[in-house]
Amino acid sequence: MKTLTRSNRILLAASSLLMVVAYFVPFWKIEMWAPQYPEWLHMKIWLYQITGDIDIINGLNHYIGMKHIKVEMFPEFKVMPYILAALIGFGMISAVAGQRWLAWTFLLLLVAAGTAGLVDFYLWGYDYGHNLDPTAAIVVPGMVYQPPLIGTKELLNFIAYSAPDWGGWILATSGMGVIVVLLRDYRILKF
Amino acid sequence: MNIHSIVRTGLLFTAAAAVIGGCKPKAPGSVDTGDAASKVYVAPGKHDEFYNIVSGGFNGQMSVVGLPSGRVLKILPVFSVHPENGYGFSEESKAMLNTSHGFVPWDDLHHISLSVTNGEHDGRWAFGNANNTPRVARVDLTTFETTEILEIPNSAGNHSSPFITANSEYIVASSRFSVPIGDDKSRDVPINTYKENFKGTVSFVRADKEGDMHIAFQLVTPGVNFDLARAGKNKSHGWFFFSTYNTEQAHTLLEVNASQKDKDFIMAVNWKKAEEYIKAGKGKIVKAKYVHNVLDHSSGIATSTMKDEVIQLNIKEFPEIAYMIPCPKSPHGTDVDPTGEYIIGSGKLAAIIPVFSFTKMMKAIETKDYEGTYDGIPVLKYESVLKGEVTKPGLGPLHTEFDGRGYAYTSMFVSSEVVKWDIEKLEVVDRAPTYYSVGHLMVPGGPTTKPHGKYLVAYNKITKDRYLPTGPELAHSAQLYDISGDKIKLLLDFPTIGEPHYAEALPASLIKDKQVKFYPLEKNTHPYATKSPDATKIERKGKEVHVYMTSIRSHFGPDNIEGIKLGDEVYFHVTNLEQDWDVPHGFAIKGANTAEALIMPGATQTLKWVPDRVGVFPFYCTDFCSALHQEMQGYIRVSPAGSNVSLIYSLGK
Repeated sequence: MKTLTRSNRILLAASSLLMVVAYFVPFWKIEMWAPQYPEWLHMKIWLYQITGDIDIINGLNHYIGMKHIKVEMFPEFKVMPYILAALIGFGMISAVAGQRWLAWTFLLLLVAAGTAGLVDFYLWGYDYGHNLDPTAAIVVPGMVYQPPLIGTKELLNFIAYSAPDWGGWILATSGMGVIVVLLRDYRILKF
Repeated sequence: MNIHSIVRTGLLFTAAAAVIGGCKPKAPGSVDTGDAASKVYVAPGKHDEFYNIVSGGFNGQMSVVGLPSGRVLKILPVFSVHPENGYGFSEESKAMLNTSHGFVPWDDLHHISLSVTNGEHDGRWAFGNANNTPRVARVDLTTFETTEILEIPNSAGNHSSPFITANSEYIVASSRFSVPIGDDKSRDVPINTYKENFKGTVSFVRADKEGDMHIAFQLVTPGVNFDLARAGKNKSHGWFFFSTYNTEQAHTLLEVNASQKDKDFIMAVNWKKAEEYIKAGKGKIVKAKYVHNVLDHSSGIATSTMKDEVIQLNIKEFPEIAYMIPCPKSPHGTDVDPTGEYIIGSGKLAAIIPVFSFTKMMKAIETKDYEGTYDGIPVLKYESVLKGEVTKPGLGPLHTEFDGRGYAYTSMFVSSEVVKWDIEKLEVVDRAPTYYSVGHLMVPGGPTTKPHGKYLVAYNKITKDRYLPTGPELAHSAQLYDISGDKIKLLLDFPTIGEPHYAEALPASLIKDKQVKFYPLEKNTHPYATKSPDATKIERKGKEVHVYMTSIRSHFGPDNIEGIKLGDEVYFHVTNLEQDWDVPHGFAIKGANTAEALIMPGATQTLKWVPDRVGVFPFYCTDFCSALHQEMQGYIRVSPAGSNVSLIYSLGK
């Protein structure tokens, strides 16, 4: 079994501990612009809550029959803090044990968690955008309002923009950190 | 790990991030139109090209704005008291705000109609509607004063008003809220019996003779919400088109329950036919209680008359008065193009704009091409009346105006834009953003047969960041566009007074030389007028004391008064003896529980004062009238009740 160098183990530990910050910052953001909202509307998705202009967004979306966004809508919020804690714990164990295969496993877990998050987010967006109240005041035939998974999309008079927020970037950075550990371990990166 | 490698790693991350996230799009901003400033610049001393008469919405007033400068020239009170000139406070003007509910000091004025002859502005009057306590008002465009107000009985929410026929024969007043009407018993019904008991009404108010506004006839309709209306013109003269919503007949949570049907109606009314029925004596005279208030020009005194009946026609009992044209999703605006051929419905929840043809409508009526009936009223087939639909116009179409060159301009509330389209081809040719959430649009002469297609004003519902912020409430914003070319160009933002809904504009040349500059003293018929300095006097009638007072630069006559006692009611009848333009005098006295008087040259205005304590009280002129304005003052002495101070008055003694 290949053992990691001391500096790689420190880097691995740092990558894991960095993720603690993700408890204190939003993970993802959706921002919406319309002519009458030149200041943009913001929605911030955290590990365990949603913040931002939710009431305004709900107020607008009820015209087209979209569901009211509220915390209870997301059972994920109950488990995500534990999943992240488990990931951090696994990363720390890997750093202490210093095994290459553990680093690999950690990376796979991170990628799996990230992918699962995105898939979950997509499925929520699909339901939110498609599953409309048939008695809504405004029904535009053929129109669905699924927010973009990532990037920009025009939805009626709104431009919606979806992207990772600090927490998302931190997770990505941690993942990159683990990749750097492995690349150094394989001597592909020589520093 | 060295610095370089850290930087290299950082760059790698940044590049990856850029690929994953993409960049946040840049929001479209304001459009800079280069030479805009010179197009709205009215040099000092020069006049604007158009008078824009703008509804004040919840301030119950109208404002007069010059175009293209956007400068506010006047705020004129209509349905709301106006302390700055005593409107609704002076003894003369109080009666203007009388209703069958008593004195109502406020209303919600939404729409302006300017008088027309042969479908063109004639510059005589502006009409306005009171939404809350249903009334219509006439404003004289030579004095910019409200001269007549008529209450509308059997109505609630007079929103679909005061749109006007091509020769100012009628202005209409139709009910936004249907309500149960009739005697006390038929009005006291459960709200959930809307479908059986609630009725709409459409009143045709005879408007072409000043001082004689009256309800020529009132149509009783199914219980729906009437929203807006337009008269036919040219070939369609004799018809009137009313947009309706809540044809679902909901009485609760209308935002959902009145938005269910795929189509509501534009109700086409053949008012000439209704006139025939009335002439033939078919109208039903019913008891009603409503008030008619008229301002007498020569005395400046308003009087109220209580009316006690109205003549009605229930449209389902009289064929050929009304037809329903299906129109998509809760139509708001219904607008008739300058030729009178096309009727444009703006379904505020619809994704298209339907354009109906008057010719096709007449044919469908002739051939009885009906798809059914609605509460006994024939419903024409949508396709048989439709000229065509404008597709993908934008979101939330509300109102349409015309430039007289074959183009229509529709406001899009939800997508905050003005959309220009070709009426014949039904094609969108241009669009321009508005800041923000545009409501009504206005082209000078837009609703007439001869629009002056040079400017377009958008009256916006949301202001946000357009001006320096002023706390939670912001001035509503309007925008002026140049529509003389192919492209709509934004020229100017300007703040407005109140909450403007509709407005109209007419060329300044039509009325500016007709402006009254002062009232000739010899024609003043006010019973308390004092026409010369030596005619001043004081009369005591029991507890009432009438002061016949004059004002002229720069003194009041008399200016020393004694002999008033506690318990007296003092009436200052102040006549402004000036006979020159722009020399009003004001009058105010300490402790008066009313507003000042602002007296125009040659006019008389009365301020009632009930002193509440003993002492000497000052009064003074409030309108800076001359270099010695600050000397224009006087004293009045109040003695205890029962004192024997005799009534004396003097000037310069």
